[in-house]
Amino acid sequence: MGIPVKSLKAQHHLFADPTYQLEVLRHAGLEEEFPPFAVRLQEHGLYPLRPTGTTILQINLGKMCNQTCRHCHVDAGPDRKEIMTRDTMQLCLDALAKAPHIATVDLTGGAPEMNPDFRWFVEQLYPLGRQIIVRCNLTIILANKKYHDLPLFFKEHGVQVVSSLPYFSASRTDAQRGGGVFEKSIKALQLLNEVGYGQAGSGLQLDLVYNPSGAFLPASQKSLEAEFKRRLLSGYGIVFNNLFCITNLPVSRYLDYLVESDNYGSYMEKLVNAFNPVAAAGVMCRNTVSVGWDGLLYDCDFNQMLELKVAPSAPRHIRDFDLQRLDERAIVLNQHCYGCTAGAGSSCGGETAGK
Amino acid sequence: METTYYNPADLKKFGNISELQPELGRKFFDYYGEVFKEGALTEREKALIALAVSHAVQCPYCIDAYTSDCLEKGADENQMMEAVHVAAAIKGGAALVHGVQMMNKIKELTM
Repeated sequence: MGIPVKSLKAQHHLFADPTYQLEVLRHAGLEEEFPPFAVRLQEHGLYPLRPTGTTILQINLGKMCNQTCRHCHVDAGPDRKEIMTRDTMQLCLDALAKAPHIATVDLTGGAPEMNPDFRWFVEQLYPLGRQIIVRCNLTIILANKKYHDLPLFFKEHGVQVVSSLPYFSASRTDAQRGGGVFEKSIKALQLLNEVGYGQAGSGLQLDLVYNPSGAFLPASQKSLEAEFKRRLLSGYGIVFNNLFCITNLPVSRYLDYLVESDNYGSYMEKLVNAFNPVAAAGVMCRNTVSVGWDGLLYDCDFNQMLELKVAPSAPRHIRDFDLQRLDERAIVLNQHCYGCTAGAGSSCGGETAGK
Repeated sequence: METTYYNPADLKKFGNISELQPELGRKFFDYYGEVFKEGALTEREKALIALAVSHAVQCPYCIDAYTSDCLEKGADENQMMEAVHVAAAIKGGAALVHGVQMMNKIKELTM
């Protein structure tokens, strides 16, 4: 299957509309009806689902990206112009100043580095002493001369780099992320290694993200990590710290792929059958607040793309940030949430059931 | 009435074989589950062996099941096709090695 050059939004595609996506998730036209996610939580005493205490602020700096990956739940791409302004970034900094318990700031996108105020924002975050994560798609480092020094910039600001690499072979990687992405990703990983990332004793953490290139669930993180480490070291001399296994959630382009390839029903069935209450208790929305490019607040990045804002009892914009009220909210749920509770669980930090 | 011998939907009903003989069914599935757990071989290696055997015994249910399982366990297409070639080599070799028996018989019967 080819990689679409344009985002779903630019194609005026039905799946660009979150309301339509939610409609598909609710009434899939399947023979079997899947039990509502909230009912499954209720059966295990987890409903309403509430935060355990927010320690991570995940900030989406925008939907602009140099790639148009087939599975992207953001529907990101070069044609997406929605990016966070410096004023909104300042509101995030103000919120962090009021919330010392938030230990981690997780910057995502799109390609967050394409936001013209990205470096300014990281420079402001650095003195706050929080852990800074940048979800770097790797190819951005090579996309333009102005990004070539990103490995050094990351190093100077103690950034933890988390990068997607769906496989240690070109065919599987390029099928998901676009032609030539594997080769560029390998080069970018070597550049990160050169400045110390992933090297023992450097203190510079480089983690990789695996997510399946198709309609199947990920393997156990431990077993895949060992295989990735062996293959990347022997094939390309690359070292890294951890591999995070992430399940693809039926949202946006991945939902479109599932429906187009006639895999939607069987994939949902896999997710529902693999429901794991231990993973459900550890879902990331319990310790994370997600900020959209426009400052709106969500329970996670997937809810953000489905435009499911935090419950109205909580502040809904970063300018009104109030951690106590956010920590008292009921988390907004829908059928896509089955993706985070299948098997060993899934989050932006990988498996959740073993933690 | 089914019009084909194999129906993909029947794979999900595999567990139903216990209905007519619960004790043996339970023992089989317990054993099956134990066999595929990580041991001296990884789960991925076992899935690749199962994929190769599926081809050797030409079981369409097993081929579907272990193609998915190999992908989920992180095997790649090259590994999977190599596993199928191992099955093909053994199947082909098993046929060809009987050529020795044929040659023995030729020797026995001819001047």
